[in-house]
Amino acid sequence: MCAIAGILSLTGRGPQDISFLGKMVHLQQHRGPDESGLYIDNNIALAQSRLSIIDLSSGIQPIHNEDKSLWIIFNGEIFNYHELRHYLIQKGHTFYTHSDTEVIIHLYEEEGINCLQKLNGQFAFAMWDNKKQSLFIARDRVGIRPLFYALHNEQFIFSSEIKAILSVPGFPREINYQSLDQVFTFWTTLKGRTIFNGIYELPPGHFLIANGGGIKINKFWQLPFSSQKVFHHREKLVNDVRELIYDAVKIRLRADVPVGCYLSGGLDSSGITSIVKRNFNNKLKSFGIRFEEQDFDEGDFQQEMVNYLGVDHSELFIKNSDIAGHIEKMLWFTEKPLLRTAPVPLYLLSRLVHQSGYKVVLTGEGGDEIFGGYNIYKETKIRNFWSKYPDSKIRPLLLAKLYPYIFKDNRLNDSLMEFFKYGIEDPANPFFSHIIRWNNTSKLKTFFSIETRENLNSYNGMDELLKDLPADFDSWNYLAKAQYLEITIFLSNYLLSSQGDRAAMANSVEMRMPFLDYRIIELMCNVDPELKLNGLNEKFILKKIFFDSVPQRIIKRDKHPYRAPIKQGILVNKKLTEKYLSLESLKESGLFDHGKVTLLMNKLNKYEKAGEIDNMALIGILSTQIIYDKFIKEFSPDYSAMKTFDIIFDMRT
Amino acid sequence: MNDHKELVKNFIVENFLFGEERKLNDDTDFFSSGIIDSTGIVELVGFIESSLPVKVNDHELIVKNFSSLSNITAYLKLKLNSQSN
Repeated sequence: MCAIAGILSLTGRGPQDISFLGKMVHLQQHRGPDESGLYIDNNIALAQSRLSIIDLSSGIQPIHNEDKSLWIIFNGEIFNYHELRHYLIQKGHTFYTHSDTEVIIHLYEEEGINCLQKLNGQFAFAMWDNKKQSLFIARDRVGIRPLFYALHNEQFIFSSEIKAILSVPGFPREINYQSLDQVFTFWTTLKGRTIFNGIYELPPGHFLIANGGGIKINKFWQLPFSSQKVFHHREKLVNDVRELIYDAVKIRLRADVPVGCYLSGGLDSSGITSIVKRNFNNKLKSFGIRFEEQDFDEGDFQQEMVNYLGVDHSELFIKNSDIAGHIEKMLWFTEKPLLRTAPVPLYLLSRLVHQSGYKVVLTGEGGDEIFGGYNIYKETKIRNFWSKYPDSKIRPLLLAKLYPYIFKDNRLNDSLMEFFKYGIEDPANPFFSHIIRWNNTSKLKTFFSIETRENLNSYNGMDELLKDLPADFDSWNYLAKAQYLEITIFLSNYLLSSQGDRAAMANSVEMRMPFLDYRIIELMCNVDPELKLNGLNEKFILKKIFFDSVPQRIIKRDKHPYRAPIKQGILVNKKLTEKYLSLESLKESGLFDHGKVTLLMNKLNKYEKAGEIDNMALIGILSTQIIYDKFIKEFSPDYSAMKTFDIIFDMRT
Repeated sequence: MNDHKELVKNFIVENFLFGEERKLNDDTDFFSSGIIDSTGIVELVGFIESSLPVKVNDHELIVKNFSSLSNITAYLKLKLNSQSN
């Protein structure tokens, strides 16, 4: 895994100043601490720093083709590079390294931008075509690896992390109000957005061409949901998906360094760990998180899996004070406000992985999204069923089965039903599945200052989202719609970034997610929803697949979403709120209303338990204030340990 | 009875609206307007039981009694009257 950064002159006059490229790479050194390289010619500069995983000895980047007319910098892994390399050698290409990076360049020579269709991996790369004087940038299908860009002084600038762009001399550092509104609605920013003005993210499954004519962005892949009903024989489907998962794991074990596993005690990570242990690595090392707060801890199930498989397991015990102690550092890496504290334990877990001498871990990420595991899918199914007879008193009782911890006091059933009845009259609403969640979260905007509200004017993120939906979205079944929204918003922009790439790469650790192999996604997209969510039995197919490899207690356990304490984790250190939520700090950022924030703090301090909204308000406001402090107000990185590039290709004339 | 209404209103404005009083009138529906969510009702009933000499019985904890300031006031009036008789 690596960091990439670059600068292209859009005027043809050549990069005006490249002295800051070293700084851009230095700020992302955690992503690639092993070696670094630079390519520069009259128009472009490409820089890369590398975490060596495949071809440790000769894979230093930038990498070029046979006649040195193509140059590439690459962050990620191409898991099917063996097969592609074989194909390209047969086509007559000559390789000078054994890296997966070089495969991309020769595949591009062979197939142009269509090369993207053949890549099975997690990647972001930039390739300079010297003959065409054109830059080609692409990002993997679901957005496992990041890529940000900006236009500044007639130059196109890009990098793996935002902080590198913010470090460019003269680049304005400002919060984007609409992006802030999105975080406080959807739990994260929407496609292409970042929390900063003028900095954009290349969306997953897209490529970008930049040259003297400007920049153009196009899609090369999309989630293949459709209204088409595809019949799958159940047993055959189970076998086909099992084989694909097996192969997805196998090709993700390709590395010249040892590979470990994350093991939470849930079905997805247990299934993946089981496949690796039983088929590929009998001396497997696994890593898991434990919590001081019992409500969040899965230690019992985790231990059961450890005993069952006999893996060499290391667990990290998270105290409430660990959350407060590392939230500022974590936000330096997420570069985005959060409504959760869950990235912090994952950041600390990757530190343990790094300290244990591992660079790569397999995880169960994506299982819930692709196979239908989330409660929001069940909630949508029940609300759909209820919407056919909105006066029914029986139908909504299914929700009590779904959320037993909310419905534990029978006295409240009536009022809870009113809460879940919101929007029931309009099941055709494209956002039917998520409307309760988003409306509920939007209540957090009551904390916005007058200035923030004035800047937002009448902005509504749902309008932006609506415009971006696929043309035939309305014709999809209820589950496909909910999955699409969950995958394109929460998975891509939060789970794979704040809880994924950023939490792991902060400690130079690469996560690999077999369930997000595009072959599995493509097969599962148009499977009958009853084979995903069977009645209210989630991940029906996946449970069949893991029936013999995971204990029944884990297969049958209720879904336990991975979360971390918020109020208990933040208020344990009063200094955090005193610093960032003071009248002075809130006035300086101008983003939130001090009076309301004070009332929130009074309430949180008064009652022992905090409600969902109050918890989200606390971390949402605090994390935004920290982002403001670290990236807008006090952005002064330390460059004292900056290293020179290990290799430089200077082609300037 | 107006005292009770003010008491409940102040609690809701301070704890659920964080000072934004203008969002609340006597007939605003707490649930459909999203002012109070699933955990909020627990806080509201807990506040009433701790601030007033009232014990809310199971069969009384229905939307009709707690969905607005007017409804809560009417419920409390009946409840307190019946207790004093």
